[in-house]
Amino acid sequence: METSGMIETRGLRRTFKARQGPIEAVAGIDLRVETGAIFGFLGPNGAGKTTTLRMLSTLLPPSGGEATVAGCDLLKRPQHVRERIGYVGQQGGSDNTVRGRTELVFQGRLYGMSAGDARRRADELITMLELDACADRPSGSYSGGQRRRLDIALGLVHRPRLVFLDEPTGGLDPQGRARLWDEIRRLREDGMTVFLTTHYLEEADALCDRLAIIDHGRIVAEGTPDQLKRQIAGDVVRLGVAGSPREALELLAGQPFVREASAEDGMLRLAVDHGEAAMPAILRLLDGAGLRLETISLSRPSLDDVFLHKTGRSLREPAA
Amino acid sequence: MKVLRDSWLVFERYVGITVRNPAWVVSGLVQPLLYLTLFAPLLKSVASTPGFPAGGAFNVFVPGLVIQLGLFGAAFVGFSLISELRLGVVERLRVTPVSRLALLLGRALRDVVNLLVGSVLLILLSIPFGLIVHPVGLLVVLGLQTLIGMLFASLSYALALWLKSEDSFAPLLTTATLPLVLLSGVLLPLSLAPDWLRSIAAANPLAYAVDASRAVFNDHLSDPSVIKGVAIMAVLAAAAVVTAARTYARAVA
Repeated sequence: METSGMIETRGLRRTFKARQGPIEAVAGIDLRVETGAIFGFLGPNGAGKTTTLRMLSTLLPPSGGEATVAGCDLLKRPQHVRERIGYVGQQGGSDNTVRGRTELVFQGRLYGMSAGDARRRADELITMLELDACADRPSGSYSGGQRRRLDIALGLVHRPRLVFLDEPTGGLDPQGRARLWDEIRRLREDGMTVFLTTHYLEEADALCDRLAIIDHGRIVAEGTPDQLKRQIAGDVVRLGVAGSPREALELLAGQPFVREASAEDGMLRLAVDHGEAAMPAILRLLDGAGLRLETISLSRPSLDDVFLHKTGRSLREPAA
Repeated sequence: MKVLRDSWLVFERYVGITVRNPAWVVSGLVQPLLYLTLFAPLLKSVASTPGFPAGGAFNVFVPGLVIQLGLFGAAFVGFSLISELRLGVVERLRVTPVSRLALLLGRALRDVVNLLVGSVLLILLSIPFGLIVHPVGLLVVLGLQTLIGMLFASLSYALALWLKSEDSFAPLLTTATLPLVLLSGVLLPLSLAPDWLRSIAAANPLAYAVDASRAVFNDHLSDPSVIKGVAIMAVLAAAAVVTAARTYARAVA
């Protein structure tokens, strides 16, 4: 056990029965999450993020594979796993009519605390997550941010070493999101391991020590945000030309300094080794071919580029 | 014992929620009171019909009404669970080490307590109308009602978790409860029924509960129908609790 991480999975799978036949929601994933890290699971809706999270938190039995979570075998000792992990689902799970404080005390009691301990722990969490103003009101009256902080407090009641956060900042405004990021970083400072899912690239980039990109139930890339960006190497030049982009695409795709070229929404997207050197060359080439350039921009690769590179789709497409 | 401790915790929580939003309790109580005031008076003249059981109209009707309260008071509890499933409450509770059985038992117990309060109220209010009841009989009927509540609340929770949608749960409930009531002899005793109807009713477990209840109210505690009704409800309730607890332990939104 001494070398094992907080989470280790081998070939973890989950298939669902559907009318059209079995659907493989999670198609065999191998993961290792180190203790004390914020680990992000990045992918579009329906990629298998929540299904994986539910399996790792004992809510859903895997169809195959094995996993160790917080030092316990997930399949053989789910009850031990439950005692050691916190889980904050996408919907949170507090009752609209119940006061936040009451929910926290009840949650503590479910983890075996005495009434007094549960009350004291609720007080601590209310202070820690700044819920003082609303703790004695029914949670139905909370703002989005307050609601989310209560959800997270509920997942921390028993001081777990590992906490799962499913889309923790979903539906929050930028301010609320930034504030929650700070809270999540504080959990890491307290020595906790955080496993979160997100479909926000900024969130994965800003918050996570390591990332796995998941698509169609498979992990397509894994590493630190920087490693992932470096994997696709080089810079991205986006340009718009007058008329059809086809001619420009054919012209530029054949150039030795262009690693990849594609057209999306009438714009050209080129992956190049050195953007600064490539731009003048691009300008000359288009000029020589009599193609008029309308816009041009250079960007360092983002996680979206990584995602596009790995899956052929952009993560920024509007969620269905 | 962990199951008992956890069941109590869950029970306490749901009692709290019920007290803050007693709409279901109130609607559960209004129904039998409406039957009592708007339907029972019709029975006065029917009671002299040949084939109507002895014991007076109220001692025939109220025992059935109590059982009907048990059915309707418990059968609709699943609705609350569907919205909890959607709000993530079910997952939040399931991910804690709380006893799986307690999650079901605690909330079903809350439903049973609701039922018992309503039943006692109904019985007390019927006394001025001419209902005769003995303390021991009352206890036996409340015991029977506990089993009925456990049975139908558990079934309701299991169905709600299978269907996961109010839109399919509501029509199913209406379709399932109406024949149960019609074939139980609650409204009019099955002794008035033709043979074919009576043989269909023999397959309805609720009919045995109604028989047992009537026997108790008419002071025939030693009548075999009492033990028969209680035994049938006990076996079904146990099976329903186990089924529902298992379903609950696996439920995801």
